Parts: sequence; C-alpha cells; structure tokens
Amino acid sequence: MTEPVLSFDDVRLSFAGVTALDGVSFTVNPGELFAVIGPNGAGKTSIFNVLSGVYRPERGSVRFEGTELIGRRPHAIARLGIGRTFQNIELFANLTVLDNLMLGRHHHHPYGVLAAFGWLGKARRSELANRLAVEEIIDFLELAQWRRFPVGLLPYGVQKRVELGRALAGEPKLLLLDEPVAGMNLEETEDMARFVLDIRDELGLPIVMVEHDMGLVMDLADRIMVVDFGRPIRTGTPPEVAADPEVIRAYLGAEHREAG
Amino acid sequence: MSRPLLYLSYRQDMALLNTGAKRGWTAVLAVGGLVLPFVVQDDLLIVLATAWVAAIGAIGLNIVTGYGGQVSLGHAFFLAIGAYTAAAISGDPDSTRLIGFGITSLPVWLLAAGLVAGLAGLIVAPLAARLRGLYLAVVTLGLVFIGEHVFKHWRELTGGVGVGRPAAVPELFGVQFAVDGAMFTKAQKLYLLMLVLLVIFGVLARNLVRSRVGRALAAVRDRDLAAAVIGVDVTRYKMIAFAVSSFYAGVAGALLYVMIGFVEPGSFNLAMSVQYIAMILIGGVATISGSVLGAVFITLLPRVTRELPAVLPFVSSSPGSGGITVFQVETILYGLLIIGFLIFEPRGLFGIWTRLRTYWKAWPFSH
Repeated sequence: MTEPVLSFDDVRLSFAGVTALDGVSFTVNPGELFAVIGPNGAGKTSIFNVLSGVYRPERGSVRFEGTELIGRRPHAIARLGIGRTFQNIELFANLTVLDNLMLGRHHHHPYGVLAAFGWLGKARRSELANRLAVEEIIDFLELAQWRRFPVGLLPYGVQKRVELGRALAGEPKLLLLDEPVAGMNLEETEDMARFVLDIRDELGLPIVMVEHDMGLVMDLADRIMVVDFGRPIRTGTPPEVAADPEVIRAYLGAEHREAG
Repeated sequence: MSRPLLYLSYRQDMALLNTGAKRGWTAVLAVGGLVLPFVVQDDLLIVLATAWVAAIGAIGLNIVTGYGGQVSLGHAFFLAIGAYTAAAISGDPDSTRLIGFGITSLPVWLLAAGLVAGLAGLIVAPLAARLRGLYLAVVTLGLVFIGEHVFKHWRELTGGVGVGRPAAVPELFGVQFAVDGAMFTKAQKLYLLMLVLLVIFGVLARNLVRSRVGRALAAVRDRDLAAAVIGVDVTRYKMIAFAVSSFYAGVAGALLYVMIGFVEPGSFNLAMSVQYIAMILIGGVATISGSVLGAVFITLLPRVTRELPAVLPFVSSSPGSGGITVFQVETILYGLLIIGFLIFEPRGLFGIWTRLRTYWKAWPFSH
C-alpha cells in the first residue's frame, strides 16, 4: 500500500467556543482528486486554513509527506510544496498576470536583497529561468493574451484561472482548490474542469478540492468527504456518497423536503 | 530592417530600457542633465542638486510606503541619522566641541550613513511588522519627536539648537566638491556629483523593485494573507522594506546638508516628513521615476513662489508688510497640491505622464 501524501488526523478547531472542526480525519493518496463537500459553514474552508497554516487547531495532527504541518507558518508550508487557491479571489490586483505568476514562484528564486539591487549574474539568471517556467504555465492555462494586464482589470473567470496558475507556478506537490468554479457560467466551469483534470492526469498532482457544484464534484472526484457542522459524516467514492442516507439528509436536504 | 518591438528573448523583454522610446528619453534626459550645469546659474544649480538628493530620499520613502504599503511619517528621523553619522565621521577630529573622526572620503561616510540609518530602520522594523495603517503612521510619528528631542540635547553630536554643526565634507579621490575649483564652480561640481549619485541609487532601486523583493513587497501590500500562503515571509519583507527605505533616507540625509554646509538639529521635524510624503504622492506612488519627479517638483516650489511678489501685489516677501507672505503661500500650495492630486490623479505626475503617453500612442484616434 502506498503512503498517503496528506493525512489529517482527528483535527479539532474552535473559535471562542464555536467549534469549526471536530474530529476531522482523512487521507489523500498520490495522484488522487479528493473533494470536500458540505453545506455553508460546515468547515470546508477551515480545513484549508488549517492546512496552509492560517489557523492553528488545538488538537490533532496534519502530516504532509511525513512532515507535521501544525505549528508551521504559512510561508514555510507553501515552501514544502502546498499550492492553494481561494474561494474569493486573492490575487494581487495591481500587479500584472506575469508578476502574479512570478510571485507564485517566489521561493524558486535563490537570490537575496543585495543581489536584487544589482540584477546581475545569479539574480538575472534566476529571473530569466523563472520567466521561462511562468510562460509554460501561461501556455498551459491559455493566458497569453492577458499577460501584461493588471489582474484587477480581467474578467472573473480569467482571474480564477490566474489564481490557479499562481498556485501551479510554485510547482506544488499538493494542490488545494477552494471552490474553483464558484460563480462561473457553464462554459467557464467546463474550461476549469478540463484544467483540473489535466493537472491531475498530466502533472499527476494530488488535489484537494472544496466545491459546491455537485455535478462537477461527482464527475471529477476520486473520493469525496462530506462534512456537516465541522464533523465528517461520510467519506467514499462518488456513488457511495450519493447513496448514503445520512448525506442526503444533511446535505441534499431530504429532511427539509419531508418537512415541507 | 529591425523591428523595434520584436523581442527574440525574454532577456530583451525584461531589460530595463526595453523600448525605443525609453532609450530615447533616457538619452535626452542624460544629455540635458549634463548640459544644464553649463547654461544655468549657480544658485539654481544648488537647488537642483538639492532636488537630486531629495529624490534619493523620496525613492527610499516610496519603497516602504509606495511598494511596501507601510505609511511612514518617520522619514525625517532616518534622514537625521544619516546626516549626523556623515557629519560626525567627516568632522574635525581636533574639535573640542563636537564629535569628529576626520574621514572625509565620500564613499566611506556615505555608506556609513546609509548603514547606520538602515540599522536604525531594522531596529524599528519589528513594530512595523505588527502594526499597519494609521497605527504605524502614529508610531513612526513618535520617532520624529524622539529624534527631535535627542538631537536638540546631544550637543557633542549636533552642536545644539541655533548652533548646529558643519555638514559632511564631500571629498572623492582628492577632489573637494564643496569649494570652487579651477575648472568648475562649487555649484557645478555638487550638481554633477548629486546627479551621478541619484542615477546610481535610482537604478539600484529600480532593479530592486522589479526583482523578487519588489514583487514580494507589492504582494504584502496588496494582500498579506495570500502573500504568506504562496510562500512570502511577510514579517521578513516588512523588515526589509523598512531597512532599505531607511538606508536610502540615511544616504539622502548625509548629502542634503552638503549644499548648505551646515546641519541644524531643529530641521528634522514633522514638516520634513510631510514634505517627503508630498513628494511621493505628487510624483507617483510605487514608481521610481515618480519619486524623482515629485522631489524635483517640491524642491523647486519655494523657488517659484519666491518670484510671486513681483507678479501678485498681495503677496509679500516678508511678514509685516501686509497681505500674505510667500511662506504662507508655499504652505497653502502643499496642502492644495496634495488634496488635488489625491482627488484628481492619485497616480501623481507619473500618472499624468502615462496618460499623455497613451494618448499619443493612439493619436489621432481616441481608442
């Protein structure tokens, strides 16, 4: 049996008495697309924030390739090889697409402040090499026409793609996608689904995805975890999860239908 | 026939002067800057030399405030540290009144002034890493008051209020810049020296802001959470911004008083910090060339208002003779300009320039 890339073990997180996560455990295997679904406020994004070091849980353990993540600061976790996108786009609006993607590669530049002043030798070589790598991402995500635009001026769907590009640019070993198709129309959703599948199949990257679009999740995910009120209620393949009465009750709203 | 905007490598594309227009303007400015000292009067040259030095200081403030997004009202404090470090290092070692080490070599005291100010910046920086916005502005404001107090009372270093001490002595490879020579006057020499230094520090800063460091600063400014999650150490970059900014302030402070030859401890006050804020707001936030434009603008402003009494009868050149004085006009103008630019062109003079440029690119079509 292969070692899981990521393992969440009995994580508990609460804010001033409100429990955001309680007893969350799951593992993500190499090359797997793992989806997390659940109603609003169920704690999906909290799972991501624990993963990337923004929140510190009071109990449990999160191991990525054998390294404990809890207690590490966000930038250190990013350097271990975890790339992430956000539910509400968190791009650097004043910077161009190129600069945003170059920032995704921040930790692949091995030069310091003094070298930056000179822009000679190592610094210039590093900038050029990283520019090449960024251009590959631009090709892959079909962003060439937007390259020099400040991202704040771009359409929403393109911004989502730039954010995916920024996460990919860091050459992560695990990708976290927080609602990659939220607010997108059908065409944009299909484009994004194609990119997500390409990332998993061509780059072989394991992906953890939080998403509300059930059609997309059922189509793409290898395994799904359903959370409700911070507790996992079922983890399994899409057909297993869709057939689970507990899931239907909590998430798809059967109880509500019966009552109405 | 070569095509001017056809790039065959990323190296060409990423060069500092990557278009014909940029190369052309740089050549025009270089020639203009070098011809000026031979056609302009000495007193105006001194004002321009002061403007070049102020531009170095403004670049420094723009790195921390424009690129790093941390509003600092403490720039005058770091300018003062630079000024006194340089003055003390090059000061007369035999003086019984003042600290002096007698090292008049310009590179030595200039670098030392920058480093000492940069170190002071690093000491203050942990505060900057924890505070933001108005809170940081107030804390840095506190620095100015602490500085004013210390500089007024540490007489061995500053000479005390109303007395002051001689500024740093600019000497490079045996050439004295602050005295008239056989070939060049003092003003011409100082003008050229400051111009060369501005070009050096300007290009260094331009390199910094287009590198990973500049990008990281902008990232921390725009969204610090996202910056951290993609691998930027937010605290570290806030500290770097402060240290680099203070280094530039130290260098500018060391040079600023060379023109007058004299440092007065009362001059490093809040008004001076505000002047630098005005420079970057009027010139253009988060641009290097905007910092230079703003510094030249603000430094030349008093020179222009001084001519007003001849044109406008209600403006007088001295208090007590009725009407308003040129100094009052100057203060009013600062205020009006800052308000005007913030409302009508937040990108400053640099923004106006980009607008003109885009207009002429598309001329005679408006789109």
